[in-house]
Amino acid sequence: MNTKYIAKDKCLILEITEEIDHHTTENIRRKADYEIENYIPKKVIFDFNKVTFMDSAGIGMLLGRYKNIRMLGGTTELVNVKSSIKKILEMCGILKIIPIREECA
Amino acid sequence: MVNFYDNEMKLEFLSKSNNEAFARITVAAFASQLDPTIEELADIKTAVSEAVTNCIIHGYEDTEGIIKINCKLSANSIIIEISDNGKGIEDISIAKEPLYTSKPNLERSGMGFTIMESFMDEVKIESVVDIGTKVTMKKTIKREENLEDILEKTKD
Repeated sequence: MNTKYIAKDKCLILEITEEIDHHTTENIRRKADYEIENYIPKKVIFDFNKVTFMDSAGIGMLLGRYKNIRMLGGTTELVNVKSSIKKILEMCGILKIIPIREECA
Repeated sequence: MVNFYDNEMKLEFLSKSNNEAFARITVAAFASQLDPTIEELADIKTAVSEAVTNCIIHGYEDTEGIIKINCKLSANSIIIEISDNGKGIEDISIAKEPLYTSKPNLERSGMGFTIMESFMDEVKIESVVDIGTKVTMKKTIKREENLEDILEKTKD
């Protein structure tokens, strides 16, 4: 996972670089929580540009981060989501709380 | 021995989470003989990943066991059986409910069976407590319509 922080917008960009399943979520979760607690951002953007696969483990991981981010007063967004992954996100109804944005801020 | 299927393969591996990617990629490679679309292949990979993850975190919990996958091709359909000899499911109808999870502390979404059912054409779950669970899924790969239909669609 690659991290970029834009200080003037208090925006944390987390670029996930692996397939997201039950095996990989533990690592992603740990790194993401570390960065979120470190910066306490107003906005967290998960960049899915390099993500070619995600199953329901990813839904659980995203919901968990959303709760943590919200508790610290921030919002969560997704960018560069492929259609196969969008299908799962739509089915689970989480785009209402974690929307997909067209472009990185 | 009479072979009722056009092709068949069997896979056995330990219930380690780093085998999840191996399992779905292998099944997808086998399924690619049916010439599926990228979307159909993604559906198969996701459904396999859900079923294998269930075997690991629910069937075997913290223990290690063998997960078996049996794939059969028949005409333009793939039948995938994924089974474990784990603890089994007490009540299948509750387990299948969207958002239900027996492990809420693990940040699971409870969408595993729901995803399998909507990404595959048929899903059958058989389970006996303390004996194991078998999930059988079937997907028919839609053949492209004839060339005129495709040209018609791409016109506008």
